Amino acid sequence: MISYLPYPVRINEIKVETEDGNLKTFKLVFENEAQRKAWKHVPGQFAMLSLAGQGEIPIGIASSPTEEGHLLFTVNRAGKVTTALHQMHTGERMGVRGPLGNGFPIDTDMKGKNIVIIAGGFAVTTLRATLIYLMEHRQDYGKITFIYGARTPGMLLYQDELQEWAKRDDVDLHITVDREAPGWDGLVGFVPTIAGQVAPSPGNSVALICGPPIMIKFTMPPLEKIGWTDDQVYLSLENRMKCGEGVCCHCNVGPTLVCKDGPVFTRTQVKKLPVEY
Amino acid sequence: MKVFRLSQTELDSMVQGWSQNRRVYRPAAGRQQSAQADCAPGWERVAGSSPLTVATGPSKTSVKTFLFPQPETMQTYTLKSSDPDKGLLKEPEKTTGKQIIVGLRPCDARSVKLNNLPFREDPFYQASLARTVMVGFTCNTMCATCFCDQMGGSPMGTEGLDIAISQVDGTMIAEVLTPAGEELIADLSLTPAEDSDINALAERRKDCPQADSAKLDALKSRDLNKLYGAPVWQALGESCINCGACTFNCPTCYCFDVQDEVVRGQGRRIRYWDSCMFPLYSLHTTGHNPRGQKMQRTRNRFMHKLKYFPDRYGPFSCVGCGRCVQDCPVNIDIREVIHDLLAVE
Repeated sequence: MISYLPYPVRINEIKVETEDGNLKTFKLVFENEAQRKAWKHVPGQFAMLSLAGQGEIPIGIASSPTEEGHLLFTVNRAGKVTTALHQMHTGERMGVRGPLGNGFPIDTDMKGKNIVIIAGGFAVTTLRATLIYLMEHRQDYGKITFIYGARTPGMLLYQDELQEWAKRDDVDLHITVDREAPGWDGLVGFVPTIAGQVAPSPGNSVALICGPPIMIKFTMPPLEKIGWTDDQVYLSLENRMKCGEGVCCHCNVGPTLVCKDGPVFTRTQVKKLPVEY
Repeated sequence: MKVFRLSQTELDSMVQGWSQNRRVYRPAAGRQQSAQADCAPGWERVAGSSPLTVATGPSKTSVKTFLFPQPETMQTYTLKSSDPDKGLLKEPEKTTGKQIIVGLRPCDARSVKLNNLPFREDPFYQASLARTVMVGFTCNTMCATCFCDQMGGSPMGTEGLDIAISQVDGTMIAEVLTPAGEELIADLSLTPAEDSDINALAERRKDCPQADSAKLDALKSRDLNKLYGAPVWQALGESCINCGACTFNCPTCYCFDVQDEVVRGQGRRIRYWDSCMFPLYSLHTTGHNPRGQKMQRTRNRFMHKLKYFPDRYGPFSCVGCGRCVQDCPVNIDIREVIHDLLAVE
């Protein structure tokens, strides 16, 4: 039976991620030890963040299941609930309901393959979870390529971690910004362009792409040019959600419910659906 | 299954007996709901001994209000700073006690079964279902807007009912179909039906209009994107005013919104009926709306009933009660939509 009752959690830490202050990462710890232990998620899943008096919002889980003891959510201030959340302080109580959705196929289609992760803007959150998971289970996967772009260097999330990951020789990291910026000596260019330059050949590989629709649209042609097929490409859809459990119907794309059947779909699956996302 | 013969007096005293210690509801007798109704509009609580008769056709509002009430409290909480439980969401107090719905029609009874497909894991719906007993009246007359037979039901159908009461050649026959139904009549001494009654009932059932289900089922195997791209939607979308009357009065429309309500520091999270006819339904916080056009929303409602729901759960999400046909201010008729969709190659 579904439980719509959120788990009580406390905000343990709040980190402002971007120069515009609009993205904050919330570190949440469970109030109830049994609930903490029972929580199991896979990268790519989401949860409902619940604020009493405000409502619930579906947000991708930014922490990897290997980071035990807490959950991370990076939230863009955009609407009623996210604005209220951005005004909350460390130590305050809120709720988490989940994990929800299917997540990336870490134990099935991705196992033993080369993984290409392509992220644009703040859609990188669940891909951070994925990358950390992959690095913790490094021997289970082939070559890992991580391509991530933001508008400016100050809009990149997880900047300390990006520097750490860059030092590793088992992850091929490509961080780019849209245009030249003072103090930036990394890659410059849009994600699709960079992806076209650095993406490996598609043999025994899987790509996970999250970002604005326009970025996804332009990332596909360069990949297709070197032989990537729709079955190898995983995307994560978003739609307005209420229940998160496949009941309330809000997130439907044709017969598909993003919250229950997704949010992760292969590009083949997405192409069969009406464009209602 | 036990079958009994009832007189109107026996029926009335039986229902009155139930109402002594249980909540019994019936379709409202008049257009005006009485002040003592104690339930959603269109229905009223049975009190006293007025004879139980029900107007021809489905009740004004559907039975879903008893299984999927609105608003329905999902959680409660306090926001008072002095309370250590501030911001902690809690399960609401459970509603207990049986509710008996008398006089609903076979279409509505069947809708309860259909809604149970998406709600089969929903704790609130399941709790309501467990405490609801349905005593239905089968139909001798189909209204001009009725088409239950085309949607896989029947005017004499019993699906979803605990007790089905039929009028056959001036005799009232009660079929007790489930253990919950048997419990209702356990202490009563009713007259068992004669073989001739049972035969007459079977005859009546056989004579009921029955649509060629294969014809309509053909829709289920049609290509989704062809139906989605059908020309019918443009004209339909232009006449539809997205008022949502069809969705609220529909027994098988089951989508809901969730909102928080706070009064003087005490809050509750409630769910209530929503409608995919409304632009807010699918609006993203960014301003992007996957169904921003009126036509897209009209299409979604019909596609959900006739294609998306069957793709997911099997049957159509429509029982043919005809309320949407009756209540539509711009005369949209789902039967015509079905007809047009069947013509899509």
